[in-house]
Amino acid sequence: MKPSFVRPLVAALLAAASTAALAHGSFIVPSSTVLSKPAYVTFDAASGNDMFYFNHNALRGDITAIAPDGSAAPLENEVTGKLRRVFDVNLKDAGTYRIRTANPGGVNARWKDAEGKNKMWRGPAAEFDKNVPKDAAELRVGEGASTLETFVTIGKPSEIKATGQGLEFVPVTHPNDLYAGEAATFRFTLDGKPVPAGLEVDVHPGGSRYRDAVGDFKLKTDAKGEVKIKWPTPGLYRVEIEMQDNKTSLPQIKERRLAYAAVLEVLPQ
Amino acid sequence: MQKTTPLLLGACVAVPVAAQAADLSLTVEVPQLKVSEYHRPYVAMWLERPDNTVAGNLAVWYQLPKAGKENGEKWLKDMRQWWRRTGRELTMPVDGVSSATRPVGKHTMEFKNGAFPQGTLPAGQYVLKVEAAREVGGRELVSVPFQWPPAKAQKLTAAGNAELGEIVVDLKP
Repeated sequence: MKPSFVRPLVAALLAAASTAALAHGSFIVPSSTVLSKPAYVTFDAASGNDMFYFNHNALRGDITAIAPDGSAAPLENEVTGKLRRVFDVNLKDAGTYRIRTANPGGVNARWKDAEGKNKMWRGPAAEFDKNVPKDAAELRVGEGASTLETFVTIGKPSEIKATGQGLEFVPVTHPNDLYAGEAATFRFTLDGKPVPAGLEVDVHPGGSRYRDAVGDFKLKTDAKGEVKIKWPTPGLYRVEIEMQDNKTSLPQIKERRLAYAAVLEVLPQ
Repeated sequence: MQKTTPLLLGACVAVPVAAQAADLSLTVEVPQLKVSEYHRPYVAMWLERPDNTVAGNLAVWYQLPKAGKENGEKWLKDMRQWWRRTGRELTMPVDGVSSATRPVGKHTMEFKNGAFPQGTLPAGQYVLKVEAAREVGGRELVSVPFQWPPAKAQKLTAAGNAELGEIVVDLKP
């Protein structure tokens, strides 16, 4: 089974949605986002409804740390507890590191077997035929790709390069250069082209435990696939976008779901 | 009390003939604080244009690299506006700009036009920024806007509430 960063909610919900849609509420939080010189940074990774509290489950799936030159930096001292996963990364180079978990695309299928029991399979499209019976009853197939990431910069921020593949975050304002009271511009692209206008971008501030209102707000992408987010207060934020299209890898699948989320730190002036 | 004239770089920069002989004298007070654990603050002093771009660094006081001591560069980012505007672009230490942290008291620095760390300061509106950050302590930013070169002798004052004391900018045409 391919690892994915599904939010392990109740089984019923898990079975009812595709991988991407489940990106809700997962986060990777760095101990520092802006550093003057190379240093160790520790990360907490978990999933849950409340930003950024460890009250549901540890984050699962492959996590990678990408150095400014594109090479992979190893995860050290990794521990997965019940409520949170922890690891360190030795950030040795100047520039911006991306710490992320990405499910580049996977198919999930649900059906009933001969005895009427619910069956489920998740994996790459190429393995679909091997794993799902041809005569599966009440077959429902979905496809999704999702990414969750956070950014840490040593010294001067370096460019966040887009790959031109999948749903991507293309920051115009650098993700480690965010300040309360200022507006940041972020672009989202799908396969290198701006996402459609009018897509919803969800912004969730952290720290809801210490106030009454959750404080989240929604913005819509413009014709360039961009949003301008004005940060009301300093703190941690989770910014998320989701979309559907019909570029599926199997004819049985009607819709592909794509999701992207970033955990960002906004500094005071 | 210590007098510093960080003009080394400026001395190497050619001074245009038309440059005026204006002076800027800056006095920054490191206040006495009643705290159980005291460390001298890191202080950065720089000039910004009205659009927040940096016209030049005047001085940065921090824990200089020293054998047997932790490299103080680690905490430079705590002067977060300075770090954002200019600090992160620099390779520390910067000749004629960076120096060791200062004790409690008033510290005066003299800058003559043509002899700023960045050479001549073109005529225009500027904001002097003084930012202090202290280990196990707070952080404070004080701004003093001024016109350069000054039309007449001018004494501009500002003060911090916590981490900085009195800031005095003495301008002479």
